[in-house]
Amino acid sequence: MNSHKRVFLAALAAIHSTLIVIAAENPARLAGPSLTAAASGEKAPDADGFIQRWLILEPIRANIPLSDNAITEAVKKEYFPDQLSVIPRDGDKVKIQETELAWHAVDTRGYNVNLYHFAHNYRAPTSNVLFWALTIVDCPEELRDVRLAIGSNAASVWWVNGQQVIGIYGDRQTVIDDGVSKRLTLKKGANVIRCAVFNAGGATDFCARFLGGDEKPLKNFKVRLSEVGDKKP
Amino acid sequence: MIRSLIAAILFSACQVFALDGQIQIHDPSTIVRCDGKFYTYGTGGSSLVSEDGWTWNRGAAPSRRGMAPDVIHVGDRYYMYVARNVGAQPRADIDLIWSKSLDPNSPDYKWEEGGVVASSDGAEDCNAIDPGALLDPNDGRLWLVYGSYFGYIRLVELNPKTGQRLNPNGKPLDLAVNCEASILIHHDGWYYLLATHGSCCRGAESGYNIRMGRSRKVSGPYLDHTGLDMIKGGGTLFAGSSARHVGPGHFGWLDIGDGVEKFSCHYEADLDRGGASVLDIRPLLWKDGWPVAGDNLKESDYRIESARTGTALELAVQGVPVGGARVRRGPPGSQGFGGTNAPTGPPGGFFAGTGRGPIPVQNATEVSTNWPKENIDVRLANFLDQAQQKWTIGAVTNAGGYAGSPYFKITIAGLDRALAATADGELVSLPALTGGPEQLWRIDQLTDGTCRIMPKAVPNSKEPLALCAIGSSSVTLSRFDPASDKHRWLFKTQ
Repeated sequence: MNSHKRVFLAALAAIHSTLIVIAAENPARLAGPSLTAAASGEKAPDADGFIQRWLILEPIRANIPLSDNAITEAVKKEYFPDQLSVIPRDGDKVKIQETELAWHAVDTRGYNVNLYHFAHNYRAPTSNVLFWALTIVDCPEELRDVRLAIGSNAASVWWVNGQQVIGIYGDRQTVIDDGVSKRLTLKKGANVIRCAVFNAGGATDFCARFLGGDEKPLKNFKVRLSEVGDKKP
Repeated sequence: MIRSLIAAILFSACQVFALDGQIQIHDPSTIVRCDGKFYTYGTGGSSLVSEDGWTWNRGAAPSRRGMAPDVIHVGDRYYMYVARNVGAQPRADIDLIWSKSLDPNSPDYKWEEGGVVASSDGAEDCNAIDPGALLDPNDGRLWLVYGSYFGYIRLVELNPKTGQRLNPNGKPLDLAVNCEASILIHHDGWYYLLATHGSCCRGAESGYNIRMGRSRKVSGPYLDHTGLDMIKGGGTLFAGSSARHVGPGHFGWLDIGDGVEKFSCHYEADLDRGGASVLDIRPLLWKDGWPVAGDNLKESDYRIESARTGTALELAVQGVPVGGARVRRGPPGSQGFGGTNAPTGPPGGFFAGTGRGPIPVQNATEVSTNWPKENIDVRLANFLDQAQQKWTIGAVTNAGGYAGSPYFKITIAGLDRALAATADGELVSLPALTGGPEQLWRIDQLTDGTCRIMPKAVPNSKEPLALCAIGSSSVTLSRFDPASDKHRWLFKTQ
C-alpha cells in the first residue's frame, strides 16, 4: 500500500469515526426542542441533580378533577397491568380503553421533561390526560436520609421502589422542589422512580431530583432505563 | 427589609408575654449564663436565676449590694461592676467583684474584691453609677460606660485579665449627657450606645425610655438617626412604654446563638403585676443598621407563612373554597363565561362572586367533618383563608419555656388538632394535644423580624431541629441554618 492510499484510508476512517460520534451525540430528535430519544447506557444527573432520562407512556385520556381526593382515588385505579411495578422497555405497548399506547425512552435537554412536547410528537392529546413515567436510579451505595424533590404541571403522585412518597394536587405549574418527600433510603443498585402526572389543559411538564441529607442536590448516581441499560433493576 | 417591617408591625400590635415566676427586680444587669442557668442582678443585692430563661426565681445576693450592677463573663471569670454612694450624690464609686461561678452551689462560687474602677467626686460632671460593660468582639478590649444624669456618660478601659481599670489615672471619655443606665454593644462594624432617658422610680408615672446612638469608634461620637450627638442630648428611641408595661430601662444584650439575639430590660411598672418593677426579655431585631425592640409572640390565630416560599403551613387535606365552589355563570340570556353550556347566574357574571354580600369566615368545625380522624400530614400551600391553614398559638401552662416566652401549642384554629414533631424528624398533626414535648413549640423572633419555630424535643433525637420549608409545598424539621430563609417564618394575622 502506498503512502497516498494509507493517508486516504486513514482520512476515511477519521471521517467515519467522526460521523459515529456525531450520531451518538445527536440521537433522533423528538418533536419540539427539549426531548430526544434516549441514548444508550447510563446517564448522570445534570449539574443541578435533575434526572434527564425517562420512560414515558403516551398519555391516557383522563378527565379527572385535580383535587386531592380525586387524584388520590384516580391513582388507585388500574390503567394497565402491574402499573406500579412493571419496568417496560422502549416501544412496549399497553392497551387502555381500546387504545394502544406505547412507552418511549427519552432524554430531556433541560432540567424538566416537557410532556406537552412529548404528547405533541405522538399526536396525542395534552388536555385532560394522565402521563405515567418512570426511571431507574442506580446508586453506587446505599443512600440514607435523601429526599425526592419534584415539580409538576399539574397534579402528580410519585413512588420510589413502589412506595408512594409524594402527592401534590390542584392545577399548578412546575416549580423546582415543589413537592419534597420525607427522608427515605435509596438502596445500592437499582431504584425505580415512578410518577403519574395529571394535566387538565395547557402546558404540562415535570422535573425531579434527589436532595441529600444536607438538602443539596444529589449527584452521585446514574440513571438508566431497562431498555438501554446494561443491568436489570 | 419589607419582610422585617411587616413582621415588626405585626408584632408591635401584640401584647407581649411577661416572664413567669419571681421576676420583680429594678435595674437588672445584663443577663449572663453560667453552667446552663440564666442570672441577673439588680439594685440592693437582688438577684434572679432561671433554668430556662422563662421561669425565674430569687437567687443569692452577691457580696456587694449596691446600685444597678452589670455582669460580664470574660475568660473564666464573671466580673460584676456595682456602684455605691460614698457621699451625697453625685459622689459615687463603682467597685469590681468577681467570681468563677454564679452558682452558689459550685465550689468555684466565691466573690473576690477587685477594687474601685471608676468614681465621681461629687463636684465633677458625672455621677459614677450604672455601669455597663462591653468586651469588644474585634480586639478583646474591655470597656465600661457609666453615669447618671449629673453630667456625662463616661467611658473607661478595663483590663480583661483582671477586670480592673487599665489606666487608673487616665481621663475618662465623655460620650453622652442627660441619661443613665448606659451600655455598649457592637454589631456589624458599629458601636451602639444604649442609654435610658426619662425619670425612674415613679411607678406608672416613670418616663423611662431607652435611646441610642452609634459610632464607628468605641470612643464616639455617638450620633442618633438624625445625626445629633448623644453628648448634646441626642438619642433615637429604641424602646418606650407599651400598653401594659411602663418605663423600660437598663438594656442588656443577650446572645442566644445561631444568630438569635434578645435583650433584657426592666419595666418601671408592669400594670398586670400591680405596677411592680419587673424583668423582661424580648427579641432584638436589626433594621437599616439600627437595633429594633421586638416583641414576644402573643396568643392568637395566625397563618404561618414561609419566608422562603411564601406558602403557608396547612393540614394535608382537600380544602373547601371559602363561600363554596363557584359555578361559572354568565349574565342572564348570555351563553356565559364558561362556554356555551355554562349556566346563567346573577347579574354581573362570573366575576360578581356569590351575589350575596360578605362571605362568612370558614368554620373549621363544619369543614373538618370530612377530614381523617387520625394523624394528618402537614404541608405548605398558597394561603386561601381556608380552615386547614389557620393556626392558634396558645401558651401551655406549667410546661416551661425559653428566654422570653413560654412553650406554645400550635393547633388548628377552632379545633384541638395539634402540630407535632415525629421520631423521624418530620411533622404531623395529631387529633388533639396530649402534652408531649414534641407537641410544644419554641418560637423565637429573629433579627430580621421573621420567626424560628422549634419543637421542645424530637423523639429519639438530641439535635435541636427547626421547622423548615424544604419545598414550596413541603415542610420538615432540620437543623437551623441562620444563613437560609428556609427556617424563617412569618406569623400573620391578616
